[in-house]
This record gives sequence, C-alpha cells and structure tokens, in this order.
Amino acid sequence: MTVLLETRGLSKNFGGLKAVSDVNFRVEKGEVRAVIGPNGAGKTTFVSLISGRIAPSAGTILFEGEDVTELPAYARVQKGIAYTFQITSIYQNLSVAENVALAAHQPGGRASLEPLARVGLADRASQIAGTLAYGHQRLLEVAMGLALKPKLLILDEPTQGLSDAEIDNFITLVRDVARDETVLLIEHNMPLVMELAHRITVLDRGSILAEGTPQEVHANAAVQAAYLGTG
Amino acid sequence: MTARVLLLHGAVIVALFLLQFVASDYAVLTATRIMVLAVYALGYNILFGYAGLLSLGHAMFFATGLYAAALGVTRLGMAVPEAFLFAAVCGVIVSTVIGLIALRASGVAFMIVTLMFSQAAFLTVLYFGDITRGDEGIVIKDDQRVFSLFGHVVNLADPVLRYNIALVFLALAIAACLAVVRSKIGHVLVAIRENENRTAMLGYDVKRYKLIAFVLSGSFAAFSGAAYALLFAYAGSTLASIQYSIHPLLWTLLGGAATVLGPVLGTALMFLLVDFASGFTSASLLFVGVVLILLVLFFPKGILGTLRQRLWRWLP
Repeated sequence: MTVLLETRGLSKNFGGLKAVSDVNFRVEKGEVRAVIGPNGAGKTTFVSLISGRIAPSAGTILFEGEDVTELPAYARVQKGIAYTFQITSIYQNLSVAENVALAAHQPGGRASLEPLARVGLADRASQIAGTLAYGHQRLLEVAMGLALKPKLLILDEPTQGLSDAEIDNFITLVRDVARDETVLLIEHNMPLVMELAHRITVLDRGSILAEGTPQEVHANAAVQAAYLGTG
Repeated sequence: MTARVLLLHGAVIVALFLLQFVASDYAVLTATRIMVLAVYALGYNILFGYAGLLSLGHAMFFATGLYAAALGVTRLGMAVPEAFLFAAVCGVIVSTVIGLIALRASGVAFMIVTLMFSQAAFLTVLYFGDITRGDEGIVIKDDQRVFSLFGHVVNLADPVLRYNIALVFLALAIAACLAVVRSKIGHVLVAIRENENRTAMLGYDVKRYKLIAFVLSGSFAAFSGAAYALLFAYAGSTLASIQYSIHPLLWTLLGGAATVLGPVLGTALMFLLVDFASGFTSASLLFVGVVLILLVLFFPKGILGTLRQRLWRWLP
C-alpha cells in the first residue's frame, strides 16, 4: 500500500487554544478512513488544514509524497484533494447540471452527467439546485466532489441532517465511491463509521487518541472513556 | 453561440446604424454620447453583474483613459490612434495595480477601498491643475482631432463620422462582452458571484479570475474615457468625480445587471429620462430618482434581467 496523505507534526493554534496539536497522520491509497471525536476535538480544523482552507501554525502536509503545506486551497484541489462542505455549499441559483459542470471544470459546457448518475440525481439535472430537497442537496455536494475526479475525497459530516433512509443510501454510495477513490470521512454517526471505515482515527482535544480498525477502536478503553461511552 | 443571440445583438447594432438616417442632429449627438458611455457601462457590468463585485470607484479608470487621451493629444503630440492605444495601455496598468490592492478586500470593504482610490484620483486631477486644468478642463483643438488612417483623412469633429466611430466601439464592446460572458471565464465569474468559497474549493484560482474581471472592466472604462475625450474634445475633472462612478452602476441596474445588453439599454434610458424630465421640470433628477426607486421595487433585476427571468431564458 502506498501512502496518499501524510501529516507531520501538524498543529493549529487559535490564540492560546491548541485546536490541532502535533498530529502525525497517514492515509493509505484506497482506504476509507474515518476521523471521529467528540465535539470540539478539532476534526473540522484538521480537515481544513488538509484541504488548505486554513494555514497551519506548524508542521507539514504531504500529498503523494509532495509537500503541499504552502499551497493555497485551489491548488490542492487541482492536485486531487476534494473537500465537501459540512454545511451544504452548492450554487443555489444554478442548475444541478451547471453545478457539476463547474466542478468538472467545464462550466457552460456539456460536462458528463455521470457523477449525478452515481448519486442518483441524473433525472434532476435541469432543476435549479436551490429547489432540491435538503437530502438531495447533500448528494449534489458529493456529486460535485466526484466530478472533480479527486484522489482523496474529504467528506465533512456528510450525513448531518439526513433521514435514516437517506443514510442507508449514502452508505451504499460511499462504498461505491471507495472502489476508485480514497475517502476521508469526518462523521458523528457511529454505526455509519463502524460500517464504512477500514480504519478509524480518534481525535480528542486536538491530538490523536487512538487509531485502528473499527473493532480495535471500539474495544479501546481510552476511546470509550472519551467518546463512546460504555455502549 | 445560438443564432438568436447573434441575431438580437446584431439587430441592435443595425438599428443603431439606421438611426443616424432618421434622427435629428441633436439626437445623433445624444446617441453618440450614449454609445460611448455604454461601453463604460458594459465593462462595469462584467465586474458588477457577472463577478458580483460592486466598485464605487470606476470613475478613476474612466478618468485614466480620458486624461491619457487628452494629454496624449494636447501635450505629448500623439495622433488620435496613438492616443487611444496609450489610453488603453494606461487603463490596463492602472486597473491591474488598483485591482491587486483592492481585491484583497471584499464586500463593503472592497466598495470603500475602490471609492477611496477614486477620490484620491479625483483630488490628484485637481491638485495637478496646471496640467489637467481642473474643472475648467482640457479642450482639444479641432486640428488635433484630425488624423489620417489608411490614407484617409479622418476628422473627429464631423458628427456623422463621430457617430459611426462610437457605433463601431459599441459593437466591438458588445462582441467582446458576449465572448467573455460565454467563455469559461464568464461562467467562473458567475460561480464566484454565486458562491466564492465553493468556487475556490473546486480548484479555481478565484483571485486570478477576479483580477481578470477587474482589469477587463477597468480597461473598458479607460477606453470609453478616451473615446469621450477625443470624440467630444473635452476632458474635465467632473468626469473623474464620484458621480461618474455611480453612473455606470445605475445604468447597469436600470437595464439589467448580468445581461449583456442591459447596460446599453440602461444608459440610453437614463439619458432619455433625464432629457424627458428636464423638458417640463427643473427638478429632473427628482423625477429620475422616483423612477429608479420604482424600478428597484418592481424590477429588482433591471429591465432585461426581469425579461430574462419571465420570458427569454436564453438571454446572455
């Protein structure tokens, strides 16, 4: 297995608060990695550092062995790091097809509708994105991530606000995506994480508390204390 | 490009060409002025309508072209074509420099920064009054507006010739706008207007695209300013004042932001409104103000913007 993404000593301070502190983290090509942790553990800060939306206070980020720490977010996207927003961020006033076309870097052109087909929105291509139901907007967000043809797809709490039926569909979708792409999944929904992830990284107060297979993490006493409860 | 888009924009140009054969001398002069200023509005619309960046300082770019052309002809001994070229180059340089600074801000801060730069430019014009002649202005002599082009003697004092030159500029500006709007750049600008964060996270260099829009827009303004100075033989500081930063915004809003022909229609309508109102009242601006308020209340997307929303979805 080759390492796709690696962080070395990655830290981010907001004033006196260490949101992310000295994180050494590796994602292998082809895996589905979940990052979990209690609220305020630094999950979103951590993926924001990886995607380049914020700059780290210290440490380096390597993508395919190349140092991308200094690259702006858009350049990292071009290198293959795609980020889907925790709070749905689509072009509300544009058509579903144009949303995907922009993601595929063929705005105004006839981009392939294949990403829409993969998430099951192909029949809504001409609809204005803002008129989609919330669950469908989340799917469009994922379709845009897919249209970027990323090497690493970061899904930041993708199931937030979805119904149980929608979450079931979503699990199938991520499994399908994971056949071609590496997925970094930030999630609160534990059953979903247990089902999808190959490996799980647990963040607590900005540091890695534990890492391993779902079974290992579930059995870890420290994780249980910090996060999972006794369930 | 779809046939009806070409047809519509072509028809507007043809109609304007035919206008000179039926219109009075006064109407021809007004239409010339409208067409020159419509070029300014077309450029403004690229930045405001498509990229969603509201500049309150475009008078500085208009004035850049205006004074570059006027001073080029009167002080630097340039012929008219050279002065146009000189003004365009100045426009590109000034808008690039200002753009690099102003685009570091966004939203209200961007509006303030552009406004401040423009006011500074206006005060600079007044400060160097012995060169710019302040609000009295530079008057270009008739013999300085005569030049030869491909062996023909061209005299810009001829109103019909002047009209057709303005028409050519307008046609080129419309064509350039259409090309930009329908290109990848145009679509990315709309994407930035709609959701800047998302656009950056789709791998677009948002700063670069905004700068492209800013420089295009500033260069259109400078070219329009140069045409204004050379066709009407005058460059005064009023044309660098804040009023001329607000004008293109109003014209664009009236005609329809983010439609190619909107700014042209808006410029024309505003002139006609002022003309019409000043025929029966000295408070013509009050009348125009009321019309604008009604417009914003009932047609917030402007005339062509509303038409596009209700009828012509294909309008670029």
